[in-house]
This record gives sequence, structure tokens and C-alpha cells, in this order.
Amino acid sequence: MGKSLLDKVWDAHKVRTLPSGKDQVFIGLHLIHEVTSPQAFAMIREKGWKVMYPQNTFATVDHIVPTQNQARPFADPLAEEMMQALEKNTKEFGIKMFDFATKKQGIVHVIGPEMGLTKPGMTIACGDSHTSTHGAFGSLAFGIGTTQIRDLLATQTLALSKPKLRRISITEKLGKGVFAKDVILAIIRKLGVNGGIGHCYEYGGAVLDGMTMEERLTICNMSIEGGARIGYVNPDKTTFEYLKGRELSPKGKEFDNATTWWSSMASDANARYNDKVEMDGSKIEPMVTWGINPGQSVGVGENLPNPESLPVNDRETASEAYEHMSLKPGQPIRGTEINVAFIGSCTNSRISDLREAAKVAQGRQVAKGVRAFVVPGSQQVDLAARKEGLDKIFTEAGFDWRNAGCSMCLAMNPDKLKGREISASSSNRNFKGRQGSATGRTLLMSPAMVAAAAINGKVTDVRELMK
Amino acid sequence: MKINSVSGRGLPLPGNDIDTDRIIPARYLKCVTFDDLGQYAFYDVRFDENDKPKDHPFNDPRYKGASILIVGRNFGCGSSREHAPQSIKRFGINAIVGVSFAEIFADNCTAIGIPAVTAEQGDIDNLMNFVKDDPACDMTVDLNKNEVAYGDFQISIRLPEQSRSALVNGSWDSTAELLSAKDRIQETASKLPYNNNFS
Repeated sequence: MGKSLLDKVWDAHKVRTLPSGKDQVFIGLHLIHEVTSPQAFAMIREKGWKVMYPQNTFATVDHIVPTQNQARPFADPLAEEMMQALEKNTKEFGIKMFDFATKKQGIVHVIGPEMGLTKPGMTIACGDSHTSTHGAFGSLAFGIGTTQIRDLLATQTLALSKPKLRRISITEKLGKGVFAKDVILAIIRKLGVNGGIGHCYEYGGAVLDGMTMEERLTICNMSIEGGARIGYVNPDKTTFEYLKGRELSPKGKEFDNATTWWSSMASDANARYNDKVEMDGSKIEPMVTWGINPGQSVGVGENLPNPESLPVNDRETASEAYEHMSLKPGQPIRGTEINVAFIGSCTNSRISDLREAAKVAQGRQVAKGVRAFVVPGSQQVDLAARKEGLDKIFTEAGFDWRNAGCSMCLAMNPDKLKGREISASSSNRNFKGRQGSATGRTLLMSPAMVAAAAINGKVTDVRELMK
Repeated sequence: MKINSVSGRGLPLPGNDIDTDRIIPARYLKCVTFDDLGQYAFYDVRFDENDKPKDHPFNDPRYKGASILIVGRNFGCGSSREHAPQSIKRFGINAIVGVSFAEIFADNCTAIGIPAVTAEQGDIDNLMNFVKDDPACDMTVDLNKNEVAYGDFQISIRLPEQSRSALVNGSWDSTAELLSAKDRIQETASKLPYNNNFS
């Protein structure tokens, strides 16, 4: 039997097996941000510990940053306090920080790849569940809590249990107007929001093979929404092409050496999987969530399911979702009126996402009464988009163009829903209260679908606007 | 500290897929210490817009002082925020018994010394009903016998052996143990090509 990437990366990073039976695993890249790290720094300071591998640790600020007025001090004193804590901690412990002044600040899961920090064959951890994003490069990347951040700062290792491995193959070819976001929403709908607990997902098949790195990032990003802490795609030519020339990628002969090693870490053809799932990509429609978890979704042409038609375990949550969303079984999702359109987040704020949404917005106008805004994932995405004139396309269509940050994905900053507002959102979570209002409502979809919803003021099949 | 068992009264919290945004809304993550989080646990389902208490088990006087939380399936799904188990811990909970847990949440619980143990759906239903009928009854989550004992009943519980072992041996507070292998950490690191810039 051959080995999977999971086996190979795990073995290369394993320090030892602990008495508890967990493995102590070296972490190649530790990314930190302002929300989940201050308590961890306080813990190591209290013990008199140092950061063991500051050269493998990088910081940025994303969750709390305002996307409009970024002048310091921030208007919100709590946000300012968190920002200052991160500045102090990174300085004191010798950690490189990508702040506003570097022009490389952005959502941690956007800047890792674009800087060339994220590489195949690595272990990557960050105090954020969407760290699974980085698996797009063929790394084992996962979210951790603050106590584990403490361990990681002090020892560059974590005590981990090796997950099971599930191979998910998406075959055939995606139809027009169907994007990576639709694929991952379809996967979660099929396997459930807790189907991946205890598992690592390996994504592959013709659809994944043909995807760009940015599309693969979107897929891996939402692994955690399916319960899988880690999701990855085996590294290939597309991966290496993307990495070539990135600021922190190896150069020249070192790049060639790296490519050889990266290739060797991919799963063998006869690798062992605990189970395998196959889905026909050509049957996936543009997807929209209708409920309060990312598994509650339908194709844009479908009607909402009757709870009785769902698996027994999903019925109670479905009823709760209908009550919260003020939607009814049997009604079409298409035509659902929206108040807010948000394009951004670590799922869908990269340049290709903005391009696809801009194609839909170009020459059209946001519907009256809809608050629409675009939040690029990083300062570098912002700059690239401006160079292409995407900002103009959006602002002429009536969208607001903002500065980089997590924005309304989780509403730890001024971007929030108000009251019962309902948003079309390119983010990753539709939990009750997620976007800043306890009674607010979220419909997850691809950036192009968000743009279409913004233009028509209601959920729209984006393919109608692509003719 | 070795954690072999947790005893106390129960607090039933019905419902499945309760996510970490529900457990601790994101606005309360704007803090540089966990100390004050207990009061914000489940805030948006416990209080209305005017901060008036709503009908919620965490507000129910019958469960005041309870220390064992009883939950449904996929509890703690969503974000990795340790603020979620920290707020529950600081509310006064020392163990959680449920049908299943999201993985990061369960790991965070172990890391802060809270056993998060699972039991069959039917056993959880019975346990919740028992506590609703008799909130004053004490129960014990026993990590050596792998059971919860309450009244005249016992139900079997499960916990990944590696987490159980860490709690029972006291190695859940993991940094010192990890740090003791400093030489081996450096040895592993030095063999990884990316740590040598692929030269």
C-alpha cells in the first residue's frame, strides 16, 4: 500500500508519540492574528517562556479592522486595544507582522498564499478554524484554540491525534456560472455539517485538477463547515506555477529542489483511504443556503425542502432554521428579497472572485434599497483590483469599495447587519447572529451570485445575467 | 492537575448543531483576557435587545450552580474560538456530556481541563429528562469507569482515549510536556527542507 499526503506530512513532522497516545507534531508555519493570540502571549509571558521559532511565525490584523476609516487610534477602543496588544507582542517576541504600513496586510488566509508563506508539504496552524484554507497547496493546515497557540508559541509543536482520511472526487466538468463555492456547498450538503468530524478531506478528481489555486483555496476553506478540520488538494503543476516568483517562495535552484520535495509529498496512486466519495461536478448548480448552517443549501432552481423529506437528524435544525429565516418549505429560494450584499471574506475575496463578480456588476446598477459592498481580502488584492479598474466597475454600479479585512463575515468590526436584515454573502457561515445582528439572516452563495442578487435585489440565477 | 471525575448538578441544554457564535457572540471576542467571559455565554439567546433575560436553561434558577452541561449533537461547531469553552467554564461548568462534539471545540475543552464526553442519543435524552424532573440531583462523570452516574442510573460515556488519558494523567496542561523534548523538536525541524530554505 502506498502513502497519502496526510501520512507523509505527518511522518515528516512527527517529533514523538506522547504517553497519552497523541503525537507531538512540529508545525512549519504558525500564523497569528489579533483576536485569539493575546491570551496566549499572556500565558507564555507569565511562565517566562520564549517563542521557540519566531522565524516560522507571522502575524497580521484582520478580524477587528474597520474597512472604512482605518486611522489610528481606531474609533472602537476595544479594537484599538487588541491591535496594540498584537503590535506589542510581535515586537517583544521578534515576530514579523504584516500591518497596514507594509501594504501586505489582509485576511490571514489570503496573505499566507499570496506572500508565498503557504507551501506544500508543510504543517500549518492558526487560531482560526478557516486555516484549512491553506490545504489547497497540499499542506496539513488546521485551526487551533488559544491554549494550543500557547503551546505552539512556546514549543513550535502541538499534541495531535491523526485524523482518518476521506477522498472526495469531483468528476466531469462544472457548468457555466458554477464556481468553487458551489462545489464546496454541494459537498457539505451531501456529507453534512458534522460528516467530517475526525476526518481529513482529500479533494481531487477532474474538477479539482482543472481548478486554479484560488478556486482550490475556496474549496479547502470550507472543509471545517463540513466538520473536517483539515482539507487538502495534492500539489501539482498548478501549485508550483502559483508559487513561482512569490515574495517568500524559494528562488532559482532552491525552487527546483523545493518542487522535487513538494512533488514527493503528494499521495501515491495506491494510497490508503478510510473511505471515498464521488460526485458528478456537471450536476452541481449555483448554490444558495436557506438556513442557519452551511449544510442547509439548495441549487438556485430548487424549492426549499420539507423537513419531513430530510434525514431524521436534520429535521429539528431545519424547523429552527425556517423559523429564524422566515422562509417556508416548498417555496423557491430564487426571488428571495435581500437588503445587503457582501462580497469578501477568506472564502471569496481574492482577485478572481472580484473579477467574476465584476463581470456581473459591469454596466448594471445595484437595486434600490440594497446596501452592497466589496471588501478585498488583502491590501495586495486591493491594489491589483484597482490596477484592473475593478473598483470603478463596482462603484459605478453602486457598490461601496472598502479596505481589506474580515468585515461582515463575522462582524467584529463596524460592518454588521441591522435587525432582521437579510444578506446575500460570499462568506462561509450563516449561523444565527453571525453577521452582527442576533435576528439577522444570511444567504451564502458565490461572489458572482451575490453580485446578481445585488443587481436584482433578490436571489437570482447568475446564469441569466451571463448570457 | 489530574482529572479523574467531575461531580455536580446537571444543566440540560437541548438542541443540535449549536455553534460557537451562539455560545459566545463575536462582539465579546474583543478582549485580551478570558476572565470576564462567563457572563456572556449564550448571550444573544439568553437576553433580548434590551438585555432582559429570556427563557433559557442558563437563566433558569432551578439550574443555578450546576456544573455539568448536557447537550445534543455536533455541539460547538464553527469557529476555533477558545472563548466558547472558556465562557462556559467561567460560567461554572466543569464537564460537558453530549451526543457529539465538533473537533476543535472538543480539543479546546481538553486543553483547558474540561472533559467533553459523548453518550448515546437515547441515554442523553433520558439524562436530560431526569435532570429536568430532579434538578437538585447530583451526578458524577467518571473518566476511569467511563460512565455518568445519576440517581440509581449509570450511562456509558466515550471520550477519545488520548484525551481521556491526558485528563486522567494531568498532561492536558500540555506545554511543559511538549517543551521537555526540545532536542527532538530541533532534530525534527532541522530535517525539514523548508527550514533550510531548500538548499
